[in-house]
Amino acid sequence: MASVRQAVSVNITPTGTTQSINREPAAPGPMRMNVNKVNFFYGAKQTLFDISLGIAANKVTALIGPSGCGKSTLLRTFNRMHETVRHARLEGEILLDGQNILSQDVTQLRRRVGMVFQRPNPFPKSIFDNVAYGLRINGSKLPIAEAVEKSLRHAALWDEVKDHLHKSAYELSGGQQQRLCIARGLAVEPEVLLLDEPCSALDPISTAKIEELLVQIKDLCTVAIVTHNMQQAARVSDYTAFLLTGQLIEFSPTPQLFTTPGDPRTEAYITGRFG
Amino acid sequence: MPAGNARLRWRKFVSGFMLTMTGVCALVAVAVLFFILGYLVYHGGTSINWNFFTKLPVPVGETGGGMANAIVGSAKLLLLATVIGVPIGFLGAIYLAEFSTSPIAFVVRYAADLLNGVPSIVIGIFAYSLVVLPFKHFSTLAGGFALGIMMIPITLRSTEDFMRAVPNTLREGAMALGASKWKTIATVIVPAAYRGILTAVLLAFARVAGETAPLLFTSFGNRFWSPGWNQPIESLPHMVYIYAISPYEDWQRQAWAAGLVLLGLILIINILARTILARGVSVPRS
Repeated sequence: MASVRQAVSVNITPTGTTQSINREPAAPGPMRMNVNKVNFFYGAKQTLFDISLGIAANKVTALIGPSGCGKSTLLRTFNRMHETVRHARLEGEILLDGQNILSQDVTQLRRRVGMVFQRPNPFPKSIFDNVAYGLRINGSKLPIAEAVEKSLRHAALWDEVKDHLHKSAYELSGGQQQRLCIARGLAVEPEVLLLDEPCSALDPISTAKIEELLVQIKDLCTVAIVTHNMQQAARVSDYTAFLLTGQLIEFSPTPQLFTTPGDPRTEAYITGRFG
Repeated sequence: MPAGNARLRWRKFVSGFMLTMTGVCALVAVAVLFFILGYLVYHGGTSINWNFFTKLPVPVGETGGGMANAIVGSAKLLLLATVIGVPIGFLGAIYLAEFSTSPIAFVVRYAADLLNGVPSIVIGIFAYSLVVLPFKHFSTLAGGFALGIMMIPITLRSTEDFMRAVPNTLREGAMALGASKWKTIATVIVPAAYRGILTAVLLAFARVAGETAPLLFTSFGNRFWSPGWNQPIESLPHMVYIYAISPYEDWQRQAWAAGLVLLGLILIINILARTILARGVSVPRS
């Protein structure tokens, strides 16, 4: 099992000017993922600098920061979705349960580390077939109908769709579609679920529903969420990482980061002085 | 100001004149189709009867007879062309759409556009030297091969366009669930684009259905039934050509009728293709 982070680890970035503050989690638990000294490049342009952090098992970890700070890029490295972009290059290591994900089979990895995207992206199939998709392509032996119902219940969508499972997913509202995508991700029983600004295209009521279910699915899997909405991070997450221009500025238990930030830049950001 | 008024009137006149001209030209474009259709019906309509579809051509001097062999011949040639052209065009399009950044894709795309512009008679010569000469006789095989080659670039490029139109978020969604590239294509991208792909195939089919030049020295023509795939065979466009330039009035009438049948077939395919497409490209109901 991966070790708990040190009380305060100070990482000097290549530029030698920035320190990042990592405090010990309030209730230290086992880490599901460990990111060690990750540098990321699009072609010649470096977008992540020496990032190290741990994603605690069965907790919600939020990545916050202004647009372009690299929070989505970092999240997408967790299931190697960055590889779909040409000229993207990753240095460093990312461990899932102590195993380097970069040396694993990528389809196996993505079955274990699922992802929900910014805009709902249901497949042009029925509601049922959307949720069943992951099970079918992975040749799951589980009874599919039961697994679909279970996942839809976890995503708080079952009651709304149970009478028309065979209708097209496109007939659902945007918020329902996003919960369908969460159900689709949960169906393959991933160890980690990554969410990339899952509510940015949704109205407040749909957002509230998704935030509520995020807190509940912690029991099923580890959650990492990127959000530009600080209130959302404060509401749903246990740990929060603050990124700025590709550097990890601060990583702390959420209440601590929002009440007693350890870095003036964090304070400036969460008090709304920029971003 | 009088000078200003004159200028304004002139401007209004030019505007009105140009608008009228565009309208007239648009009308002419549409009228040509209806004119051709009307002409075909007028000259060939009377020759279309049950015999036309069921009887073989009769010798000169005898009236009546039909083009059953040409209709079946065209069907066989087009079937063969589809079997050859569509799989190659379809799978090639998948490569272009999904692996588009490779330098090979650039070359393939460019070559397909060039192939699309190759005159059909040249494709006929190609099929002649590749299939007719080695077999030492004209055949259905050679004709179907020539038409199939013509279908490849048309199917390829339009299928590619429809597959590209599938949003990237769907690809990411499938891959994030652990789908391999191939699984993603087969289970998400192709189903999402299948209406467009079907349309592309139908349009390619309609395009080659009326081709005559590549058939002149590949399938050649045959006044009788052509069993199997290895003998000369009649086709509708070729029949039109032979009958239209003949000195016999009865044959000329039948040429009009054959033209009408051919045009009718192509129109139906086009309308069918448009109907399929109109019902939505990337959001099929399941």
